[in-house]
Amino acid sequence: MAEKINLTLNIWRKESPEAEGYFEEFKISVTPDASILEMLDELNNDLEAQNKRPIAFESDCREGICGTCGIVVNGHPHGPIPKTATCQLHMRNFKDGETLYLEPFRAKAYKNIKDLVVDRSPLDKIIQAGGFISVNTGNPPDANSIPIPKETALQALDAAECIGCGACVAACKNASAMLFVGAKVSQFALLPQGQPERYERVQAMVNTMDEMGFGSCTNTYACEAECPKGISITNIARMNRDYLKAKISSHSMQY
Amino acid sequence: MVKLDSKVPAGHISEKWEKHKFEMKLVNPANKRKYDIIVVGTGLAGASAAATLAELGYKVKAFSFHDTPRRAHSIAAQGGINAAKNYQNDGDSVYRLFYDTVKGGDFRSREANVYRLAEVSNNIIDQAVAQGVPFAREYGGYLTNRSFGGAQVSRTFYARGETGQQLLLGAYSALSRQIGAGNVQMYTRREMLDLVVVDGHARGIIVRNLLTGEIERYAGQAVILATGGYSNVYFLSTNAMNSNVTAAWRAHKRGALFANPAFTQIHPTAIPAHGGAQSKLVLMSESLRNDGRIWVPKKPGDTRKPNEIPEEERDYYLEVKYPAFGNLVPRDVASRNAKYVCDEGRGVGPTGRAVYLDFADAIKRMGRKAVEEKYGNLFEMYENITGDNPYEVPMMIYPAPHYTMGGLWVDYHLMSTIPGLFVLGEANFSDHGANRLGASALMQGLADGYFVIPYTLGNYLGTERPQKVSTDRPEFAEAEENVKNTIKKLLSIKGKKTVDAIHKELGHVMIDKVGISRTKEGLEEAIKKIRELREEFWNNINIPEDDKTLNQTLERAGRIADFLELGELMARDALNRNESCGGHFREEYQTEEGEALRNDEEYSYVAAWEFKKVGEWELNKEPLTFEYVKPSMRSYK
Ligand SMILES: Cc1cc2nc3c(=O)[nH]c(=O)nc-3n(C[C@H](O)[C@H](O)[C@H](O)COP(=O)(O)OP(=O)(O)OC[C@H]3O[C@@H](n4cnc5c(N)ncnc54)[C@H](O)[C@@H]3O)c2cc1C
Repeated sequence: MAEKINLTLNIWRKESPEAEGYFEEFKISVTPDASILEMLDELNNDLEAQNKRPIAFESDCREGICGTCGIVVNGHPHGPIPKTATCQLHMRNFKDGETLYLEPFRAKAYKNIKDLVVDRSPLDKIIQAGGFISVNTGNPPDANSIPIPKETALQALDAAECIGCGACVAACKNASAMLFVGAKVSQFALLPQGQPERYERVQAMVNTMDEMGFGSCTNTYACEAECPKGISITNIARMNRDYLKAKISSHSMQY
Repeated sequence: MVKLDSKVPAGHISEKWEKHKFEMKLVNPANKRKYDIIVVGTGLAGASAAATLAELGYKVKAFSFHDTPRRAHSIAAQGGINAAKNYQNDGDSVYRLFYDTVKGGDFRSREANVYRLAEVSNNIIDQAVAQGVPFAREYGGYLTNRSFGGAQVSRTFYARGETGQQLLLGAYSALSRQIGAGNVQMYTRREMLDLVVVDGHARGIIVRNLLTGEIERYAGQAVILATGGYSNVYFLSTNAMNSNVTAAWRAHKRGALFANPAFTQIHPTAIPAHGGAQSKLVLMSESLRNDGRIWVPKKPGDTRKPNEIPEEERDYYLEVKYPAFGNLVPRDVASRNAKYVCDEGRGVGPTGRAVYLDFADAIKRMGRKAVEEKYGNLFEMYENITGDNPYEVPMMIYPAPHYTMGGLWVDYHLMSTIPGLFVLGEANFSDHGANRLGASALMQGLADGYFVIPYTLGNYLGTERPQKVSTDRPEFAEAEENVKNTIKKLLSIKGKKTVDAIHKELGHVMIDKVGISRTKEGLEEAIKKIRELREEFWNNINIPEDDKTLNQTLERAGRIADFLELGELMARDALNRNESCGGHFREEYQTEEGEALRNDEEYSYVAAWEFKKVGEWELNKEPLTFEYVKPSMRSYK
């Protein structure tokens, strides 16, 4: 078994949504094969055994696909390794003696509930405003009735791979959700099924994003760099084009 | 004793569902608005049900302990979803999918349910595509398929290795549309902790608001559970960390029978545990067995690096034992044999619980580039987790609990033994018998939610015409009291052990004695140990903090308490079933060649357990008859 490494952790603590937050220091020794969340599991196990308050953090699949986890490690949402969700960040990426700062995703639109847990439900509100194709369950046409070029389907899938973790917002100095929204808008804008509602959709989603308190995009690309799925910022460009088109087309004129 | 009526309609298997849809009662559109329907769980099964019922006009209240429906464990499914489209023109049909599923389930499922599943499978693909699910396509723009174990046709639809994610996001988008429209009231971060039964019918639930600790009451004219499977009873499994049995278990304790709890599936190709800190197991796609060769050293305790072990000192045990299928034997056979070689001391890696999956020959044969094209992303994922490069050193794999075929007993209408309580998806026992075929769980979850429950729920409401009940009724008060008392009790123990420590110990017992391979002695020992652990749990755990805020330890404690009861029932069920079938292998019952030996004379039934009190159940049997697919013995030699 690989030799353990010793680390100093500075972890963000906050007892309740209303409480003031602070950093608490822990010294720990961890196997490099563990993920950072497994390291926290062990730390929590120790704390619980001493009847101390464990660190609240969220995770579920631990395979990088559910989007539940999300810790800012040394200033990087999901840590320093590109295209890696927090749960897939292994301790072998850190050196013996290192100091780590663990913080929650911070953004105006995310409420910090406790320790490393935040409320990202505003992202759901954006989807509820238009992130869908309006089709009822029933008898849609045969799946093969509309051929879709392989490339197009793959591009749509590239966008659809967004795991909704919200790291893009935490990475952005304006706390903008443009990458998240751009990805969903793009998935449907690329596919024939998404065409009928294409322009209403982009407006509804962008407007809700604004209402939820997310900031605007100033093209720093920080979101793309921190995205655990490598969602491309071309999705933002596509969304902006559609949004502009929607604004000037008669489509959206309201009298 | 409970009278188990499967309510399978009469007629030829291919006409049952169609005919029955006509016979079932309907609720007229104006009346649907008057019905409050509670849906617990918003994974594939729950989200598809909630969305569809809301589209029909019902008032839906949906609950999930997650912060958003898109986090459900369904999101992690990789491989794909089956359907009998026969786009490949390779001889597939509804009948063949039905046939393969019954056979794959080792003749322990209900034929009529399975046929209906196969029948609606095609609609699922149409529905998903209409929602914008970007399935893989050919250059011509048409959908493509891959093949999966247990079938001789290519019928699996997929989206890279993210099929579950894409299907769940499809269902989530449909659900989000209904939430946005005000037809579904979505309650996130709420955990159902009890079922409320009024005059024998399910009429409500008690939930805990996970952020505030508040205990809340909700009433409805029907309750639908779609709360997933219970593989986490093993502590280490491929399931998401929070997957648990609590909703189903509490319903069980209110009178819903639990069927075939011992039928669990252990997947052969997961990344092995690295040590005691391991929190869950990550699945590697089964497709790797198409080109990788599985082996261990011939000599026990051989600590040489794999590349230093010469060819003649390696044991390619599956190829030797099963020359016809080799590394492609079914999941249970592969898992069992991996356990055997490790039990012999020939396992590899730091814990000795792993076998090699070697691509050296594949690289020689196909070239590195071709291997990369086929498995590149899997190799990357493996390297990210283990730090080893599978192009250079063999991968290590070990079986992991993955799926639970057992679950709450339901009839053909997906209704449990408590009228008004319906159970969908992995939480029910319905379609997979003793073993589930790959790519069939996504299909079942969506079949249940999109295409079965909208009809059968209508029939229940149309027949019973349940009235609204008030949450002020004594039944609600009693259930709330029950929940509060449990929480109080948990918080007051203030012992020495952590909740996780007990869960780990339970996991050890379960995987060792109620896992890949089982014996009478082992199961009896397991029951004894689980009872001891349960004692210890209720007397010696410690939960810091109170119940007034987010308290994740308290959440886990409630779930482990239920696992400690379920674990015993699993062992009892396994002990009762004196045969081997599908994922249930009793060492006493095997052929001379070491294959599972079914006993159709005595065990062709669904074992449905009725809760009496903790540690005490009564067995009820639903006999199974096979009119269309005649039971036969599997052989992979
Ligand atoms: C790694 C992995 C890969 C897989 N790959 C495939 C595959 O390729 N093909 C395939 O067909 N199958 C696959 N499966 C199986 C399949 O993913 C699952 O069986 C299926 O997704 C289960 O869906 P579900 O809707 O029944 O439950 P889940 O998706 O588990 O959803 C459960 C829901 O219930 C909620 N819930 C649970 N308890 C409570 C409670 N007490 N109170 C409130 N809410 C509650 C949760 O919040 C969640 O919303 C895979 C499984 C795993 C583990």
